[in-house]
Amino acid sequence: MTAETGIGARVKRKEDQRFLTGTGRYVDDLPLARATYAYFLRSPHAHAKIKSIDVSAAKSMPGVVEIFTGKDIADAKVGGLICGWVVKDKHGEPHKSPPHPVMALDTVRYVGDTVAMVVANSHDEAKDAAEAIHVDYDVKPANVDLARAFDKGVPEVHAAEAPGNLIYDWEIGVKADVEAAFAKAAHVTKMDIVNNRLIPNAMEPRAAAAEYDKGTGNYTLWSTSQNPHVLRLILSAFVLGIPEHKLRVIAPDVGGGFGSKIFCYNEETMVCWASSRVGRPIKWTAERAESFMTDAHGRDHVTHAELALDKDHKFLALKVETIANMGAYLSTFSTAVPTYLYATLLAGQYTTPLIYANVKAALTHTAPVDAYRGAGRPEATFVIETIVSKAAAELKVDTAELRRKNFIPTEAFPYQTPVALQYDSGNYPPIIDEAIKIADYKGFEGRRAEAKSRGKLRGIGFSSYIEACGLGPSRVIGQLGGGVGQWESAQIKFNPTGNVQVLTGAHSHGQSHETTFAQLVSDKLGIPIETVEVVHGDTATTPFGMGSYGSRSLAVGGSAIMKAADKIIAKGKKIAAHLMEASVADVVFENGNFKVAGTDKNVPLGAAVFAAYVPHNYPLEELEPGMDENAFYDPSNFVYPAGTQICEVEIDPDTGVVEVVNHTAVDDFGNIINPMVVEGQVHGGIVQGVGQALLENAVYDKETGQLLSGSYMDYTMPRADDVPSFKLGNKITPCPHNPLGVKGCGEAGAIAAPAAVMNAVHDALAPLGVTHVPMPATPLSVWQTIQGAQRKAAE
Amino acid sequence: MTISVAMTVNGKAVSGKVEARTLLVQFLREHLGMTGTHVGCDTSQCGACVVDVDGKSVKSCTMLAVQAEGAKVITIEGLAESADKLHPMQEAFRENHALQCGFCTPGMVMSAIDMVKRHNYQLDEATVRRELEGNLCRCTGYHNIVKAILAAAPAMKSAGV
Amino acid sequence: MYDFAYHRPKSVADAVALLKGKEEARPMSGGMTLIPTLKQRLARPSDIVDLGAIKELAGIKVEGNNVVIGGMTKHGDVATSADVKANIPALASLAGHIGDPAVRNRGTMGGSVANNDPAADYPAAVVALNATITTNTGKHTADDFFKGLFETALSEGELITSISFPKVEKAAYIKFPNPASRYAMVGVFVAKTAGGVRVAVTGAGPCVFRVKAMEDALAKNFTSAAIKDIKVPADDLNSDIHGSAEYRAHLVGVMARRAVDAANK
Repeated sequence: MTAETGIGARVKRKEDQRFLTGTGRYVDDLPLARATYAYFLRSPHAHAKIKSIDVSAAKSMPGVVEIFTGKDIADAKVGGLICGWVVKDKHGEPHKSPPHPVMALDTVRYVGDTVAMVVANSHDEAKDAAEAIHVDYDVKPANVDLARAFDKGVPEVHAAEAPGNLIYDWEIGVKADVEAAFAKAAHVTKMDIVNNRLIPNAMEPRAAAAEYDKGTGNYTLWSTSQNPHVLRLILSAFVLGIPEHKLRVIAPDVGGGFGSKIFCYNEETMVCWASSRVGRPIKWTAERAESFMTDAHGRDHVTHAELALDKDHKFLALKVETIANMGAYLSTFSTAVPTYLYATLLAGQYTTPLIYANVKAALTHTAPVDAYRGAGRPEATFVIETIVSKAAAELKVDTAELRRKNFIPTEAFPYQTPVALQYDSGNYPPIIDEAIKIADYKGFEGRRAEAKSRGKLRGIGFSSYIEACGLGPSRVIGQLGGGVGQWESAQIKFNPTGNVQVLTGAHSHGQSHETTFAQLVSDKLGIPIETVEVVHGDTATTPFGMGSYGSRSLAVGGSAIMKAADKIIAKGKKIAAHLMEASVADVVFENGNFKVAGTDKNVPLGAAVFAAYVPHNYPLEELEPGMDENAFYDPSNFVYPAGTQICEVEIDPDTGVVEVVNHTAVDDFGNIINPMVVEGQVHGGIVQGVGQALLENAVYDKETGQLLSGSYMDYTMPRADDVPSFKLGNKITPCPHNPLGVKGCGEAGAIAAPAAVMNAVHDALAPLGVTHVPMPATPLSVWQTIQGAQRKAAE
Repeated sequence: MTISVAMTVNGKAVSGKVEARTLLVQFLREHLGMTGTHVGCDTSQCGACVVDVDGKSVKSCTMLAVQAEGAKVITIEGLAESADKLHPMQEAFRENHALQCGFCTPGMVMSAIDMVKRHNYQLDEATVRRELEGNLCRCTGYHNIVKAILAAAPAMKSAGV
Repeated sequence: MYDFAYHRPKSVADAVALLKGKEEARPMSGGMTLIPTLKQRLARPSDIVDLGAIKELAGIKVEGNNVVIGGMTKHGDVATSADVKANIPALASLAGHIGDPAVRNRGTMGGSVANNDPAADYPAAVVALNATITTNTGKHTADDFFKGLFETALSEGELITSISFPKVEKAAYIKFPNPASRYAMVGVFVAKTAGGVRVAVTGAGPCVFRVKAMEDALAKNFTSAAIKDIKVPADDLNSDIHGSAEYRAHLVGVMARRAVDAANK
């Protein structure tokens, strides 16, 4: 196709027209005739026994249609929510699986746990009635402090099913080998870190609407989901028992997800279930306060790490002990995040030959914790990249040089790490070189001195990340305990008039699939991009697919589209061969035309399509009519994007305020379909990473378990003036195993940024004797750290 | 308490019966079916609901519908001259990839237009970033939003809007 | 929010009559605090008396040595007023940094002062400038007006009609915003007027307060050096996840010095 719309072009987005004119259609925008509105009464306590629930007064409130409690759900034999990834502990036993009822029955386990569902004629009436429900709680002590979750005497979240709050004690690597390497080390760097808990905060709050058709017995559920097919599968097979073919799940325009909309949640389950009982459509949209309380949170690790180096500063071994917070219930993919998406990444970009990691997953009386942009990989990158920078500082060597010295050499790919993954491709030195150039690393000391003259402490930090995304193959994921396949589907459906619908199992909630996927098809089939419509998000129209998470849409979903396009071309060749009276083997496809090499014979794709739908001159005995091809693509390996970010900060020592003054990111995402879209993904990711490093922190009161950062009044969302504009660069090492040579770009920014920022903070404060600042490096945290260092210096 | 309310929205006279507690954003979304204006928080901070009331940008989640009695309201739906001719700010957002999921976009665009006008079409990056204090975006990292607003300011001036 | 009866009087007298007649009636000026409070169901007024249509309450004028600002004057109008900028630029600057642009288009000075949120900006200006608060029933001095956490000298049915600020020789307000809410975690207003030097602190404690030691030092020598060793005790200051009392006490000193430097510029 033309250079303006093909692969590699900065094509302006097709989806923008509706978003810019207020005509997008999000779940809450749906007009549903005779709709009712649900409101969920939630636990105000982190841990309590429910002695009784009295809904009698509430039931007679104006506008109330129905009220459901945990007992109604239990009586109806609704299944619990599931955890879809079975992690086996170090003894080979599957993880503990405490029940996760969609509505609390006799115990509430975190502030926000669902207690009752009120359905009324309006949202306000539902809320009015919820206030009239009387719940008698016997409040119990709560377990909120992650570092002490396994201590004796700490209240147990699920005493019977998970004694001592332990979900699993998991390990990877051979501890004895790692210990032996440490014994020979010339230098050991040690570190204790807390990877702060985050609240995803997609700007569109979660929402669900459901309608039951009494005539057909069909349910339709509209949900803010990143993966409507998987949601339907879970609801059908495990929770509600509605046969898959009687449940249609639609995820229309979805306003951001970042992982938090992957999971199957209580509210959409209840809305769907209750729609047939109420006999009218039900709508529910979370208030932001509910999003804070009940969206699955992210991160939340307590980690001790040690890195052993030899006298030449080569890494000998890495040892990591982590406690990972699961919250009060196991969310859909929670168990996989701190194991297969975390510990397997601990080699980073380095040749560290021996790695041992032990991860203990803990239950606490807090909201469930699951995948959030990066999911495990930011936590791994934070461990590696801060300990490497700390080692460089301790050894007084250049932080970039220490990295370079230990990089996996380019000629070593494919490279088998000691933690299961085999990196397919990579070329790290040119990336860091480019980042150093863009960031003017050489000029940094001059800038530091200039900042000092203004009373500011300036620091620089590196983060050279690796990430594994586009999970697969399904066989391996199954061996690791994953409950679903990891392929993606595509259907390319030509209409007789020559325009085309591309149906994908992936889902866009900001990722621009309607544009980039159209670019792929337009480029590959040589048809105008305006004639390509990408369809996603509806189980009734799209083939079963896994949805979008883990930076998989292009690498896996895009590959499926390419496979389907290959089938279109293969079929078109047969039709064209017939029309041109040539041998199929002689037909080539170029720029939208089938040709016979060495002749002027030519059949445009559109003509072949038309012939397929109006098969008057068509090889019907050999070939089916129609031009509609399906493909399923199961990746042969993960893809491995890599990059280096360099952050420069200035700290005001009087207030502790950290300002990001420069931030550079150079990434290798393999081939790039739309650089404009990729850059946008990186920008957004970086800001979520800067947010984690400097601003965002989900804080529960350690005694009461109340969420102290439960609104934008207390949870610091990054704003425009918290960040600078970014400097980006890229290097390309095509992925060798997918047809597009692409790697994922959605999470990289968030994976690399926290370490880059914190390393810069540490570098800035090093002259004061500071070696560690707790994350997030808020003004308070930095000021307290400086105070502590000054007290220590005075002693 | 049920009250009749009448106002002009995007040049059209509209009216309806609301409760005293009905917010302007609820009136727009639920009574008029104009769902372009979004609600992203409960604490007046995210800015997804920003509309123009009598020439001033306001958070329609923090204003009662009855307070807009007789007012001229402009929403995201009322900006483009036609489907082919977007407002220069909308165009700049598209040109600069200043939106991803689109949820914050209506409020972002409305605030941006107000910002450009208040600053007499002259803005610099630091001012744009500071003036966006009341609009949250989780997707773009603001980089391209800032770029779009800086690009739209001269475009609005030459278009006379 | 709970429903209520809504009134939109055209005069102060009508507003007062409406407020006095009802036990649970609440006046509403810009609504920037009240509406979010209602949305969270933290208040359940029977009646809302919207002051938005009372023309006599809005506006800015210079009267002799004072700038008089109507109670219903919006933050955005104070920020951009030529009269305020010419006579008390620090006040215009303060107003231009309250909330965000959309909030400044609705929020009012009278509403903010009457609400006396511990993290609001205006109380610092009112106290530091020794402003006079005029109501439908009389006048209050700044020092007597702010009584404590969300408490003022206003009695039932008493509405702020205007606030009179003396012109300044030198003044500045420097705020350390709460990183999340952007309300003042510590805000210090330093003013030198014909009446002397005043230093008022908002955000740090339950209510705006003056720092006498700083005022005395600055009266002798209006430089930041003069107050560099003056510490504010942390004992009665606020503490939360964004700032301990000690940190706030420290910030009072830093912001005060920066305010003096800014005032001297």
